[in-house]
Amino acid sequence: MHFQNYTTDDFFDEMFEAPGKVRPHYEMLAERFSRLSDEEFEEKRQAVDLSFLRAGVTFTVYSDNQGTERIMPFDLIPRVIPGDEWDLLERGLKQRLEALNLFLHDIYHDQKILKDNVIPPSYVLSSKDFRREMMGVDVPRNIYIHICGTDLIRDDKGQYLVLEDNGRCPSGVSYVLENRAAMRRAFPNLFPSAGVRPVEHYSEDLLKMLKHISPVQDREPTVAILTPGVYNSAYFEHCFLARQMGVEIVEGRDLVVRDYKVYMRTTKGLQQVDVIYRRINDDFLDPSVFNPDSLLGVPGLLNAVRAGNLGLANAIGTGVADDKVMYYFVPRMIKYYLDQDPILPNVETYLPSEKQDYDFVINNLDKLVVKSANEAGGYGMLMGPWATKEEIQKFHDDIKKNPRNYIAQNPISLSRHPTYCGELGFEGRHIDLRPYIICGDGIKITPGGLTRVALRKGSLVVNSSQGGGAKDTWVLYNQ
Amino acid sequence: MLSRVADSIYWMARYIERAENIARLVEVNLQLLLDFQDVDDNKLKEHWDPLIRSTGDEERFYSKYSKATSESVLEFLTFELENPNSVLSCVFNARENARMVRDQITFEMWETLNKLYLFLKSGRARQLFEADVHEFYQQIKEHSHLFQGLALATVSRDEGYDFLQVGSYIERADKTTRILDIKYHMLLPSVTDVGGAVDVTQWTAVLRSASAYEAYHQLYVADVNPAKIAEFLIFSETFPRSIRFCVQMLNECLHRISGCPLANYSNEAERLCGRLLSELNYGSVEEVFQEGLHEYLDRIQDRLNEIGGSTYKAYMFLPPVDMAGEIQVQQQQQQ
Repeated sequence: MHFQNYTTDDFFDEMFEAPGKVRPHYEMLAERFSRLSDEEFEEKRQAVDLSFLRAGVTFTVYSDNQGTERIMPFDLIPRVIPGDEWDLLERGLKQRLEALNLFLHDIYHDQKILKDNVIPPSYVLSSKDFRREMMGVDVPRNIYIHICGTDLIRDDKGQYLVLEDNGRCPSGVSYVLENRAAMRRAFPNLFPSAGVRPVEHYSEDLLKMLKHISPVQDREPTVAILTPGVYNSAYFEHCFLARQMGVEIVEGRDLVVRDYKVYMRTTKGLQQVDVIYRRINDDFLDPSVFNPDSLLGVPGLLNAVRAGNLGLANAIGTGVADDKVMYYFVPRMIKYYLDQDPILPNVETYLPSEKQDYDFVINNLDKLVVKSANEAGGYGMLMGPWATKEEIQKFHDDIKKNPRNYIAQNPISLSRHPTYCGELGFEGRHIDLRPYIICGDGIKITPGGLTRVALRKGSLVVNSSQGGGAKDTWVLYNQ
Repeated sequence: MLSRVADSIYWMARYIERAENIARLVEVNLQLLLDFQDVDDNKLKEHWDPLIRSTGDEERFYSKYSKATSESVLEFLTFELENPNSVLSCVFNARENARMVRDQITFEMWETLNKLYLFLKSGRARQLFEADVHEFYQQIKEHSHLFQGLALATVSRDEGYDFLQVGSYIERADKTTRILDIKYHMLLPSVTDVGGAVDVTQWTAVLRSASAYEAYHQLYVADVNPAKIAEFLIFSETFPRSIRFCVQMLNECLHRISGCPLANYSNEAERLCGRLLSELNYGSVEEVFQEGLHEYLDRIQDRLNEIGGSTYKAYMFLPPVDMAGEIQVQQQQQQ
């Protein structure tokens, strides 16, 4: 395999400084791949796909009426991040998560940041994920976001920017571990000399954190993962994590709440559960307070949390920090709570609900990216420069009706990475990065994360539900 | 262990065992056809009808097919997804249950089951079925054997393992009764054929269907004798597919789960299983024939069903949560 015809097309390329000029931290990799024949490469690629399929490393696609299981397309060329660059990301992500956790504690208690008018109170109070039921509730160790998947991108100068924080139920970490395992199998000789930091201790860190937030510390806590069930698109991941940690995976129907305590229904009767890593959104978690029609949740779960009998990760009500409008205020939170400047900047963002931004947004829809405040997975988005007149008009009307529900950003020219594109050979494709951050007894970030790649030429959408793929992500030791 | 998980493990084991038994049954009877002379529609019907009847799906079969021919029976028992007891349905159900308890079974077991599922879903399965039907059934059996061997070799001996065994042995005992019962349904052409060449061939097929041919012959050499075969498949203490052996194992598993000593019982499942076991321990083939083989086997099937049902009640049955009631109680507690 060779990179002779590879062009960077004026994008920031992760691997090439300029056409034909490999960045130093990619040299070993470029050399290794150049020794690989096309046939060998293709063989490895197919072997990896087959092993994913056989192991059932799949997600479910709902758009098909059968709920087909698919493997996430996996690209064999890993993304490489040098150690010093990672240090910066680590510091930036820690700072951000610290601020977010302080923010969540504050708005569910004294609301100082609102009283000091650093964030206009209406934004928080109008957020559909602000849970009044959590007001004044003390959560174990004051941690709200225990597992955070913050999406990062790089712009045309290679500058890292935060795209969004996923503080509810970020998924994808199982792919980080499975992708690494697949790479180790496909290139058994590559790793010992590559100086890549391992990712395998993620599950251990996760379990340690879950035990850390147990309300009882005098005995070994019972930990469980709460899943919506086998038909959820991320069910594979829920099982994967339960297996790796050796904890129970439970559905709502396995649990009951009695006397403000949560129990699971076992062959030997009821057994108390102390900590739950939930992979169900707030809305469906407890039908006695939130959506009463939900059959996925457990009536009384919130009562158990409020009584201090259950450690819940992530806490109820973290969605307010996920609200994209709140994203706009994260730099202010960092300043307010930590008295620091943000290490990782946001993408420049406009709030149509603010007077000074409204006209600009409405008049420049064809040049902006618009996102609705509470959608995920690449839905509810307008890519102005590529949108049709009808799409723009629709967003125009929607924003007018409900400006609070939207943010607008300048389109970023995402960095690109050489990616295998079948007969076309290697071509540049846009990528992002989702590192996984665990907040328990200190903040731990698994070196690397999920690098998602937009497989369609020119596309900026990397979500797996929209046909994106993934790469292994290598963080090197400091040289 | 979660009740729901115990239930899934139990059914996963039953379904994979069932798929294997059906594959064996169909294959042996297909081979048997080669020994027949002048096969006409009637003969075919006589040959395949008992098979359909033994699986208890006669009604479903004839609502879909008008004639029991090799093609229709094979299709029905192998690929028909509307038949919950077809090989395909069983494998799919086993895999779906396995998916629900993936954290409780080993990766090796999951991968074996998933591979079989992917094979059956692919076009290759049909191709192989058309090209080499015996190899096709061989694949099913091999995967099932691999699965059971992996269970033995990779699963910790805990509650989950015991529920796995409970599922396997209940299903296996049930299938042995059904395989033996086929002979009852086969109508012999005339009295003179009893003990004749056709009769011997059919009894041999029964043995083969239960994977008991070699074991039986080690014991009785070449004497293919209906009474001895029935005795062997019902009462053998050592042959792992005999009804007595299966019930013996079932009894041990049930007691391991509850921790109750073998001589006692702590729930209805153990009581029923212990009673059936002592009947098998002290029974004789003469009594069986006195009662009538078919009647006797029918009764055993009912008993096995009862044991399955009471096991479910003892460990897996979750009275459905009364959501409205729960919600009301919890809302009151919030006041």
